[in-house]
Amino acid sequence: MSPDATMTTTAIEKPGGPTALRHDPGAVRGPRRRPGRLRTLGLPYLLLLPALVLELLVHLVPMLIGIVMSFKELTQFFIRDWGTAPWAGLDNYAVSVDFHAPVGEALLNSFLTTCLFTLLSVGLCWLIGTAAAVFMQETFRGRGVLRALFLVPYALPVYAAVITWAFMFQRDNGLINHVLHDQLGLTDSPPFWLIGENSFVTLLVVSVWKGWPFAFLIVMAGLQNIPREIYEAAALDGAGVWQQIRRITLPSLRPVNQVLVLVLFLWTFNDFNTPFVLFGRAAPEAADLVSLHIYQSSFQTWNFGTGSAMSVLLLLFLLVVTGVYLTVTSRGRKSADA
Amino acid sequence: MRRIRAAAVGAVTLSLVLSAAACGGGSASGGSGDNSRPKSLTYWASNQGANIEVDKKVLQPELDKFEKRTGIKVKLEVVPWSDLLNRILTATTSGQGPDVLNIGNTWSASLQSSGALLPWDEKNFRKIGGKDRFVESALGSTGVEGQDPAAVPLYSMAYALYYNKKMFAEAGIQKPPATWDELVATGKKLTRNGKAGIGVEGSNLSNNIHQVFVLGKQHGADFFTPDGKADFTSDGAVAAVKQYIDLMAQHKIVAKGNAEYAQNQSLSDFAKDRTAMVLWQTAATTFKAQGMDDSEWGVVPAPVRSGKPGRGTAVNSMVAGINLAVFKNTKNIDGAMQFVEFMTGDEEQKILNKAYGSIPPVTSAQADPAFNTPALAPLRETLATSAAALPQVPEESQFETVVGTAVKELFADAAAGRPVTTGSVRAKLEKAQQQMPRK
Repeated sequence: MSPDATMTTTAIEKPGGPTALRHDPGAVRGPRRRPGRLRTLGLPYLLLLPALVLELLVHLVPMLIGIVMSFKELTQFFIRDWGTAPWAGLDNYAVSVDFHAPVGEALLNSFLTTCLFTLLSVGLCWLIGTAAAVFMQETFRGRGVLRALFLVPYALPVYAAVITWAFMFQRDNGLINHVLHDQLGLTDSPPFWLIGENSFVTLLVVSVWKGWPFAFLIVMAGLQNIPREIYEAAALDGAGVWQQIRRITLPSLRPVNQVLVLVLFLWTFNDFNTPFVLFGRAAPEAADLVSLHIYQSSFQTWNFGTGSAMSVLLLLFLLVVTGVYLTVTSRGRKSADA
Repeated sequence: MRRIRAAAVGAVTLSLVLSAAACGGGSASGGSGDNSRPKSLTYWASNQGANIEVDKKVLQPELDKFEKRTGIKVKLEVVPWSDLLNRILTATTSGQGPDVLNIGNTWSASLQSSGALLPWDEKNFRKIGGKDRFVESALGSTGVEGQDPAAVPLYSMAYALYYNKKMFAEAGIQKPPATWDELVATGKKLTRNGKAGIGVEGSNLSNNIHQVFVLGKQHGADFFTPDGKADFTSDGAVAAVKQYIDLMAQHKIVAKGNAEYAQNQSLSDFAKDRTAMVLWQTAATTFKAQGMDDSEWGVVPAPVRSGKPGRGTAVNSMVAGINLAVFKNTKNIDGAMQFVEFMTGDEEQKILNKAYGSIPPVTSAQADPAFNTPALAPLRETLATSAAALPQVPEESQFETVVGTAVKELFADAAAGRPVTTGSVRAKLEKAQQQMPRK
């Protein structure tokens, strides 16, 4: 049993570690290590206990149950008493990854759509957030107001914000078409945004709108840790703005970016609320993100076994990506430090 | 180190105990109800009024009445349609649910198969006055044939054709259509100046199903074989779906924007004189909420292919309605029975169905003149003579999802100007069928 405890402490000692990242980083904070009586008493562990228990309850136990479910034929006939559901072996997985059959094919499509969506969304969020943060380094009138304004999308409740977007994207009465079609006359007929191919664009717009303020916030905090003297020295040596950004800002932001991109990636890849609120029960194929797809596969077809198998596959994928990402980026950093 | 290990072991043990307790709720589900909490009931009502507040206002006085008579306090929660099925599934899984609940009658067989609801055998029916109190067609939508019903009918509804009198007068149309050919011809006359002949809710999966199910019947097709297998690609089924999509794709009497409608926007278009007809179930209360006077609209039976509505291929509506079910895990089985008896009694049936503009599925209450108004008579007539129950198979809810989605995607194609052909319809239905659980 002790490895569990050790694992958790390690994760907390490294705030950049995967465990601390995926769950609210502010929620778990261990006491700073100090030689003395307290340490020998094991007080840190005692203080960690509630967090550990909750972590097990809220995250690990359901995850384990989910893994068990994925090996069962948990359909509507058995949901009332899970114990009676027959074991399905690897059947649920076989169905999920059989890309020549409709279920697997749909999952693969959804997965690829999600990958493309995540790539674009994270890229744009990072780009816009970083650009805005760099510009906001200069002091000018109204900077405080702008800063606050930029953070609004991040502060708004997701549902309220996305419902508003859904209204704006309506074909006949929405604001977007009113501007694009009625006022600017850019299109021959008002396009659909919530059904058909355009729904991918809709999803991307809302996701970037929702995500970039976070990038902005984190990068802004990172920038404040770069000593001004370096810029002054560079300026004296004749470096222009662009060179300063390339040679000083970006390398100094590296550790911040490493965490930021990972967090944005995980959030965006797993995003459920945005597509669900925008498109409702059945998302158009072009915007069928994988978390929504899994939800549909479990709740609407009442086949929780297959849904769980898909979830486990997604979990494995994200673990691999995160692991590879952390290995590659930290190796890069070590060699840079050397 | 030992202490650390002890602490860790303690933590893990505690959490396992707690989680076992959390799961424990489900293990009680093997039982079938008791009377350990005889003085209270929890009731999940579906959203029948214009909004949830309206429902609370309608139901609360009746629940107070029930408490006065029996001393049982009923805790009411009105659950929106978008959440109801998920809530029931969650309650089924955890074993922690309400005592009594409303379900969409089309879900009866699906929920019945999960075993979460109390079966209504002879003995239970006797406690609420007997099975023969209920209208036959409503009982046809309470579960798989040959099994004890999973619920009892509470409100009945039927589809009918609602038409906007002002728009009909402006287009010089005297008589509302009775067949599909007439509907298309009438629709073409009405479709002009940015106004549309008829409205659909293209992104509302359940509504799509209701419509294509009826059209399927008219083409002699069921979506399930008699032994309960999915059969979505028969010629009749394909023709039915194509006929429905063609209202937009070929005849162009549906506005393209309707393809993304899912929140009853077609009804507000109707109330704003933008759409002249809708095929809907008990729309009266919604029209009123939209500010339409009862004299501004008319209602006739929904169209058939030819002749008069009746049985077989002359069916022109599904048996729509709400059923009342008792959760098997209830802690107040006797109270739940009393409550069902109360809600299906003549007095409450009249009060509630009047408030919601629906029709009582209880024969003795249906005789009340309030249900013979021009607004309700066609619905009552339809229910009695030409409505068919949706397939009573355990996979009904999956059917709604996959075929409803196929219809939604076809509407999206039609709206984007892509051709909708017999082949493309069949391909979509083929894909839907492959997504059904293997049997």
